[in-house]
Amino acid sequence: MGYLFSADAFNSLLAELKTRYKIFAPKIYRGKGRTAGTDLVAYGEAGELAEIAFDRKTAFSPKEIIFPVNQTMFYFTKEEFQENLPPKEDKDMIIFLRACDINGIERMDAILLQNGPYRDVYYEKLRGKARFFLIACDQSWESCFCVSTGSNRTENYSVYVREENGQVFCLVKDRDFEEIFSKYGRPADVEPRFIEENKIRVRLPEEIDQRVFGHKLWEEYAARCSACGRCTVCCPTCTCFTIQDIFYRDNPDCGERRRVWASCLIDGFTDMAAGVSFRAGYGERLRFRAMHKAADFKKRFGLFMCVGCGRCDDACPEYISFSKCLNRLSEIMGEVGQR
Amino acid sequence: MNANPYLPVKVKVLEVGKQTENVATLKIESQGLNPAPGQFVEVSIPKVGECPVSISDFGSDFLELTVRKVGRVTGALNALRAGDSLFVRGPYGNGFPLENFDRRHVVMVLGGIGLAPVKGIINRYYLNGGVNRLDLLVGFRTPQEIIFRAELARWREKFNVVVAVEQDDPGWPGRVGLVSDLVKEISVEREAAAVVVGPPLMIKAAAEELSGRGVAKENIWVSLERRMSCGIGKCGHCRINDRYVCLDGPVFNYRQAEGLVD
Repeated sequence: MGYLFSADAFNSLLAELKTRYKIFAPKIYRGKGRTAGTDLVAYGEAGELAEIAFDRKTAFSPKEIIFPVNQTMFYFTKEEFQENLPPKEDKDMIIFLRACDINGIERMDAILLQNGPYRDVYYEKLRGKARFFLIACDQSWESCFCVSTGSNRTENYSVYVREENGQVFCLVKDRDFEEIFSKYGRPADVEPRFIEENKIRVRLPEEIDQRVFGHKLWEEYAARCSACGRCTVCCPTCTCFTIQDIFYRDNPDCGERRRVWASCLIDGFTDMAAGVSFRAGYGERLRFRAMHKAADFKKRFGLFMCVGCGRCDDACPEYISFSKCLNRLSEIMGEVGQR
Repeated sequence: MNANPYLPVKVKVLEVGKQTENVATLKIESQGLNPAPGQFVEVSIPKVGECPVSISDFGSDFLELTVRKVGRVTGALNALRAGDSLFVRGPYGNGFPLENFDRRHVVMVLGGIGLAPVKGIINRYYLNGGVNRLDLLVGFRTPQEIIFRAELARWREKFNVVVAVEQDDPGWPGRVGLVSDLVKEISVEREAAAVVVGPPLMIKAAAEELSGRGVAKENIWVSLERRMSCGIGKCGHCRINDRYVCLDGPVFNYRQAEGLVD
């Protein structure tokens, strides 16, 4: 059912939802941006309509809500392992997010739930608590290319939300929310709208093979990339992590086993016994990442990995653009294909 | 599966054998872990860390791990004594396709600690037979780094065992040179199969040499090493192209492995 809310009615709705759910949404943190005088747009808990930044793109994806940067897996006391799974009694979560990010979470599901015979229980527990409130994009930003990657749309949401001049249009798909939405909203015809055009158009490489590995493209990138890893941290589809143990300085008998986000761009990712490692060059690392997003993931899971959110382009301090990289890969494959 | 795949089981160290200054073989309780030859486990010591280790041998009630001291966790593992405990989860990975070696001439080219994942298989062939002929070409950096000395001596009774070291040493009576070069000196029978385990460059050199000597690439099996954090296809550290060494390997047919580019 579709519903229309005044700002007050929507706030009442949020207030009641908040008694049952933790609500996460894009928020503006004034003056907290990367450079002086800029704002940070990031996910945080929200309780009022005015707090939700419908018209801004977050620098980070919402993945950290269900896949925290740093997650304690076990606590140790002496030699005993105590599992630290998110407690069942924790509230479920409502996440306000865009179509690209919902598509991103579907890619995270492929790795963390479907790859191999085991499911990642830590991810599964948090993921199982998440309800998606799809934010309608009323504009496409400079770096977006979701239409090219086909991730401008989704059907995977509980409620579609469009804010317009202080009013909120909602379409409820998940029956669990029908009653509460009907309590505060007026029935209305609501059709989901999706972005149909981006400024950037990307020609996805049909097939990329190892003939691109030796191309000078990667040398160009090597000269610019500083292996900071920002592109992977902000990516809604990057899920690599490292497991680490720590002990408490004040009580070395006790400690934790944690997992922490890792990145194929950052030194040490492949370090092995006896000093062996792979992809020492930054160009090779970018190639490894690009091949994953554009070809390798698809070979394994049948989905194009990149969802075209453009955050990596926004974050790169060297202005390396992944959409341009994809276009160049298409060109290069076209060239080698003709040979 | 609802169980937590990251939760390890506690096992006791039954026996510790010192191989070299930096390598120890730990015989541990198997606690129901039921591996296949060539698989690995994630081994951990709480508050120190966790790392992947190949299973160098196993029986119904024990596993054997051969660990080189290269970092914090492996250092702590090397310091363990009989009666101590450690934690393991697994076994993970695919293991060697032994049916491909039955009644064949098998050439094994092994570098350093790369002997560990196949030691149990060689022992099995030594005790029970199963292959027509076995050539064991084993390389170490220095004579001091030779592991499984007793086993190597015993295997000589039945198999052609050649040990080479890279750096010459005054007291060393054996061969000096790269293990991949030893491949040039053996005769290769029809339908021969090969196993190559060692550092990346050695694997490539040996596999190419074997292929040049007439062993079909389809009959060469390599075991790759990567620093898996999870061992179950999640952490991403061991991915090469669209393959995960922890799930699709660590044993790969060389036809496939030669196309995997890091």
